[in-house]
Amino acid sequence: MGTGYLALTEADREAMLKAIGVSSVEGLFADIPEQVRLRRELALPAPASEVEVERELTELAGRNVHTGRELSFLGAGVYDHYVPAIVDAVVSRPEFLTAYTPYQPELSQGVLQAIFEYQTVICELTGMEVANASGYDGATVAADACFMAAHATGRRKIVVAEAVNPQVRRVVKTYAPGFGLEVVEVPHAGGVTDPGRFRAEAEGAAAAIFQQPNFFGCLEPAPDLARAASEAGALAVAHVDPLSLGVLEAPGNYGCQIAVGEGQGAGNHLSFGGPHFGFLAAKKELIRRMPGRIAGETTDRRGRRGFVLTLQTREQHIRREKATSNITTNQSLCALAGLVYLSWLGPKGLRELGETCMGLSELVKRKLGLPPVFAAPSFKELAVRLGRPAEEVVREAKKRGVNPGYPLGRDYAGMEDVLLVAVTEKRSPADIERLAEVLGEVLA
Amino acid sequence: MSDWREEPLIFEKSKAGRCACSLPEYELPEAKVPAELARAEAPCLPELAEPDLARHFSALADRNFGVDSGFYPLGSCTMKYNPRLNERLAALPGFADLHPHQLPEDAQGALELCFLLQEALAEIAGLDAVSLQPAAGSQGELTGLMLVRAYFQDRGELETRRKVVVPDTAHGTNPASVTMAGFELQPVKTDARGNLDLEDLRRVVGPDTAALMLTNPSTLGLFEQGIVEVARIFHEVGALLYYDGANLNAVCGISRPGDMGFDIVHFNLHKTFSTPHGGGGPGAGPVAVRRALEPFLPAPAIVRSEDGSFALDDERPKSIGRVRGFLGPFGVFVKAYAFIRVYGPALREMSEAAVLNANYLLARLKDVYELRYDRVCMHEFVLSACKLKRENGISALDVAKRLMDYGIHPPTIYFPLVVPEALMVEPTETESIETLDAFVDAMRRIAAEAVEDPELLRAAPHDRPVERLDEVGAVKRAIVRYEFGERETG
Repeated sequence: MGTGYLALTEADREAMLKAIGVSSVEGLFADIPEQVRLRRELALPAPASEVEVERELTELAGRNVHTGRELSFLGAGVYDHYVPAIVDAVVSRPEFLTAYTPYQPELSQGVLQAIFEYQTVICELTGMEVANASGYDGATVAADACFMAAHATGRRKIVVAEAVNPQVRRVVKTYAPGFGLEVVEVPHAGGVTDPGRFRAEAEGAAAAIFQQPNFFGCLEPAPDLARAASEAGALAVAHVDPLSLGVLEAPGNYGCQIAVGEGQGAGNHLSFGGPHFGFLAAKKELIRRMPGRIAGETTDRRGRRGFVLTLQTREQHIRREKATSNITTNQSLCALAGLVYLSWLGPKGLRELGETCMGLSELVKRKLGLPPVFAAPSFKELAVRLGRPAEEVVREAKKRGVNPGYPLGRDYAGMEDVLLVAVTEKRSPADIERLAEVLGEVLA
Repeated sequence: MSDWREEPLIFEKSKAGRCACSLPEYELPEAKVPAELARAEAPCLPELAEPDLARHFSALADRNFGVDSGFYPLGSCTMKYNPRLNERLAALPGFADLHPHQLPEDAQGALELCFLLQEALAEIAGLDAVSLQPAAGSQGELTGLMLVRAYFQDRGELETRRKVVVPDTAHGTNPASVTMAGFELQPVKTDARGNLDLEDLRRVVGPDTAALMLTNPSTLGLFEQGIVEVARIFHEVGALLYYDGANLNAVCGISRPGDMGFDIVHFNLHKTFSTPHGGGGPGAGPVAVRRALEPFLPAPAIVRSEDGSFALDDERPKSIGRVRGFLGPFGVFVKAYAFIRVYGPALREMSEAAVLNANYLLARLKDVYELRYDRVCMHEFVLSACKLKRENGISALDVAKRLMDYGIHPPTIYFPLVVPEALMVEPTETESIETLDAFVDAMRRIAAEAVEDPELLRAAPHDRPVERLDEVGAVKRAIVRYEFGERETG
């Protein structure tokens, strides 16, 4: 029974009602008109004890095939990277876990300093000058970037490479009508985006968005795409994998004005798609157009350093209908996990991790012996052509305990026989041997 | 004077060559990044061994305050106890290690949990269909307005339905969402009793009205007594009613938004259903709607097939599309569902206790702090420090900061905007009478201190890691990241 979370005894209740001056709890609801009162019990299952709830949910959890129960090469936006124990330990601290947004800085120096450190780490990764405290996920931060760009340029068109994650494109398109924006997609050519075509479409656009590495796992000619966007007067927006930025150049260093991305791979469990965090960083001139919380450094009256939420005149609680966004709650705890994770890795670990991913990806290419669909180099995902519907092959391989990847035909017409195989440092060369063996059997 | 020491930034504790991580070293073929794409200079990430990493974040946690640290009556935020069971359940490998692209047949437990949560939320809202996708309350609001947009577009009325009515007491997210959804804001006043001003409402509502956004009980903690008439006014002109679920904790099982006449509701699972707020998220903002709006809900939908299995339905031609990746913040759903399972129909008792706690505090405080609308409150109430301000030069901010010295998190201050020197108090149902009494004592003591020693209040807090911070200076300097001197890593 749920009253274990409630502290009032019957005697407390009586004393309190007496202090209030009403005879029953019912009297406290007198303002609610009779015709809108619920005069029956909520039709929900009867209250359950903690033991029973744990049993029920453990049973539900047991019906899911998680990454510990099959050898999984699923990626396509969310990746099975290792989550170090220190990350879970930090985010379990109740002072972080059970706090609200840091409105009272004297009681919130821990989370405010962590946000400031997070912003710094994101800026370092992306080569940018300012970052916000996080967005909902890698898709919504792309929509945020569009809104920023539309305000900064006064333009109404958004260009998105077709090789950008389909979910990201779909979210941008969902947000666009409210923002009064038109979205144009640039088809890929051989798995990457052609800078000439990108340049032509970016003419008159507020923002031109590409992904590096792109949804197919291919390395885009990112500096050329950024240049193409800038030449057309559009803001160049890179959607990047944070864990690639030890080996791949930072978007801020090749001419992008905004960098966004999905932070899940950095210290966040798969969790069936969330909660994770999106990050958003930009060049300094865009700071007043940024959505969301930003922590800033200041001093108290004794001159001690401290941190506060700052530049709040951008935000909804001050600016209301003129705000840069409606966002308040973001993904603070997930971003904290990202900070702890990236601090755990350090610059050397980040580089090694990137090299390991690339090496594993190369090993997949060699071991599978299947024709890669695209010639471009890959980072941690590889698109291979199976010569058979990929959905069928996935189901066959799963019977052998291997989930071989993501069928690209779900999002791209003409790719029904293409499988996107993802690797992380959690997959060993022996695992890749096993994948090759199983695909060999299935395709034989 | 506090004896806290400054905790250096993690970058100030770094030393080149240190590293906490250990990664597998495989024999792998060489794969080189093409030179023009390769990183030229390594990012300055922290370089610490794991023990120092642990101490750093432990020191930061020590400098933070959560519900587990003490009473947290932050109005409109519903800072109730976050049951630990729920954390354990969300961390089960079958949930935490489940890939979102897993085939539906191998994720039946997760889909069933989502489906059961949808059903429970629909029942609590008194509406027909639910989408779990929105990531937080404000995204739920925006999703709600996108649904309004799609609904009128489908009826060919979007060109004329330009206005969304929002009361002056509303959270800032409401007007911001109106703009983001491409509508125009139509403010409406609050009357002398704290209800929507029906005269003003009748004046502004017309054929160009798309919707009303209303929090009920309002941010004043008052139930909208004219809700039936309000709903009639909007429905008569063909407009929709949207319910901001920020204050749902007052009325679970007592009065349902759908029965009040609302067509769209968003929930804050991190408020009403106890999922921890994490220092600013993650939240979750599911949306419930009437049957007529179901075709427009975000896709894909989670549906039960005829054979009883669960599937994703992405064939929704009228859907507004996607508002975030995958199915929403699933880990939050696990926690909220577990909470709802523990209570079941007794959610009513939860709301009753929340309202009882609030009224008890109100009864014991209204003789020392002013109350603008003297009515029975719901789960929260708004006091004013006007008298202290006028007579002793003590502001709501001073009261808030002094509360910290008593080990209490301050209420929400300076909101809603219609109450000067506002102190918005929401105790929630999980607090004991002893905790409530300690808060009353602190608040009464502070009112006395305002007379005896106002400087004590103006200088508060006295035992935190920092005293009051220069927020104006923070804006001017705009230092929003650590600046490294010489690049030390590489």
